[in-house]
Amino acid sequence: MSDSILTSSEHGDGSIAHPGYGTFVKVWIALVVLTGLLVLMSHFGQSSAVWGLLLITPVKAWLVFYFFMHLKYEGPLLKVVVLVTLGTLLIFFALLFSDVAFR
Amino acid sequence: MSAQDTPLPPSYLVDTGSRKGLLAWLTSTDHKRIGLLYLASMLTFFFVAVGIGLVMRLVQLTAFSHLITAETYNALFTVHGVIMVFLFVVPGLPAVFGNFFLPILIGAKDVAFPRLNLASWYFYMAGATVVITALFTGHGAPDTGWTFYVPFSLHTGTNVSLAVFGAFLLGFSSMLTGINFITTIHRLRAPGMHWFRMPLFCWATYSTAWIQLLATPILAITLVLVILERVFGIGIFDPTKGGDPLLYEHLFWIYSHPAVYIMILPAMGAITEILPTFAQRPIFGYKAIAFSSMAIAGVGSLVWAHHMFTSGLSQFAVMTFSLLTMIVAVPSAIKVFNWVSTLYKGSIDFQPPLLFALTFIFLFCIGGLTGVMLGALAVNVHVHDTYFVVGHFHYVMFGGTGMAFFAALLYWFPKMFGKMYSKKAIYASWFPIFIGFNMLYFTMLVLGVMGMPRRYFHHLPRFDTGHDIATVGSWILVLGLVMFFGALVHALFKGEKAEDNPWGGVTLEWTIPSPPPQENFQEIPTITTEAYHFPQEEIG
Repeated sequence: MSDSILTSSEHGDGSIAHPGYGTFVKVWIALVVLTGLLVLMSHFGQSSAVWGLLLITPVKAWLVFYFFMHLKYEGPLLKVVVLVTLGTLLIFFALLFSDVAFR
Repeated sequence: MSAQDTPLPPSYLVDTGSRKGLLAWLTSTDHKRIGLLYLASMLTFFFVAVGIGLVMRLVQLTAFSHLITAETYNALFTVHGVIMVFLFVVPGLPAVFGNFFLPILIGAKDVAFPRLNLASWYFYMAGATVVITALFTGHGAPDTGWTFYVPFSLHTGTNVSLAVFGAFLLGFSSMLTGINFITTIHRLRAPGMHWFRMPLFCWATYSTAWIQLLATPILAITLVLVILERVFGIGIFDPTKGGDPLLYEHLFWIYSHPAVYIMILPAMGAITEILPTFAQRPIFGYKAIAFSSMAIAGVGSLVWAHHMFTSGLSQFAVMTFSLLTMIVAVPSAIKVFNWVSTLYKGSIDFQPPLLFALTFIFLFCIGGLTGVMLGALAVNVHVHDTYFVVGHFHYVMFGGTGMAFFAALLYWFPKMFGKMYSKKAIYASWFPIFIGFNMLYFTMLVLGVMGMPRRYFHHLPRFDTGHDIATVGSWILVLGLVMFFGALVHALFKGEKAEDNPWGGVTLEWTIPSPPPQENFQEIPTITTEAYHFPQEEIG
């Protein structure tokens, strides 16, 4: 049993709704547009590029997580796990900035 | 046919598959065999690093100061640190006793991913091989210290890149073990084995596994950046290229401070198993110990910058991290309080594992309290990078994790090998270990307060006496270690057959034969009582 492949019923309800390729293509287009925007912002100097990275990249990452990595179709437990991970990362950032911002 | 009527499967030490001998061991996915593979390889590395430490102490005697060059001394303390930290103490208890006993303690037949478990050991050996190769190839062994601090590590001509790559591979071993243990505890607990019925060693291993999983990738990426910077000259850490060397220190210690808890938490777990057995009463404050393990794992991940108080951090950061460091002492103190309370009014049976467990508590308290001293900003600035720090972390790592490792080995040895050692020989080895240990490391604390800097090849004449005492202490300590392991090796070959439950323990490993059969249990047990349920306590 330990080496067997889990059946769909062992995964929970086993009937996850597939969003269809249309959604994926739309998300992909949005990602391309955001990347273009990021490149554009980098032409207006370093601070503009940094703000672009800080603001646009999380949105892109969220789109990838939510649609391509199926977070949207997962149960609440997995969503909580992702939120805890993000929270941990934010705490690390905050502690790092307690040094960098006050040097 | 009931489970009782079925003949017992052979011991895990017997080859029953198509492969025999060494090949059977190297391809085994049995968690117990993998635990022993770790034990053998880890102890080999441990003795190599002990030998290096002995040489380092020897050259601090004036008469032997020309035995090696200053460059070789730099390489030796680096190699001693890398081997002890990455090859012995970090994998230490989880890889050996976690692998061997975690599944048994929760009533499982193996870990959740047996093949991944074997792969972890291969990653460990690959990393160890690369690290050791780095010592003898390129332009000499790394001379950076085990911390690989930039910008020196970026510019030194020694073989840093290969050593760092070895540490990167070792990180994978740690992460995979962490994933395996978390999944095992979540998915493979026996029926009735609720979270709060698990032996506390499992809680400690569980907390450790989360740190292994979450913190190790940060070190892995940081080490890759060091290699990229050395090979391609990118400027992330190099200040001459606009990089920030303090960023390296932050990233390094974001892993390496929690790594201290990877080292100490399973040790605390093992002590928590030993004390109730030899006091013959349940552990005092089960939930407090379980939650304090999780609290140490959590808060311990937020204190890393206390290693950097003199590096040029902002004052705000220094205050923040000093405060957080004080907070992490609280859950550690809860554990010590509960251990001592467990012994209070217990029926104490003073067997060798208990002797080493009590030694752990005593030495760990010194290590912990000197840690609180170092967390206090004013003291830290005074003794930063002195022998005080070296003494402190040897009290925690060797006096703490090392003694707990020995205690756990003594406790579970009869179960692992089905043989009993000579208790007299172990008692005899304790004296030189304890005396030598304190002569060596307590003297370091004193030397540090007097101003002796760490990692210096030469020292001023006013430190001569302290160094002489420490060096003689190192000889006595090594004598004790030889006696200790000599007794265990003798027991392996000529020891008496051990009983199934020589100590009167009540956790699941004591319900199965010694050594355990393949797949541990004939039938998965159903758990109906708390973890430390001593029947005589009920009567009393």
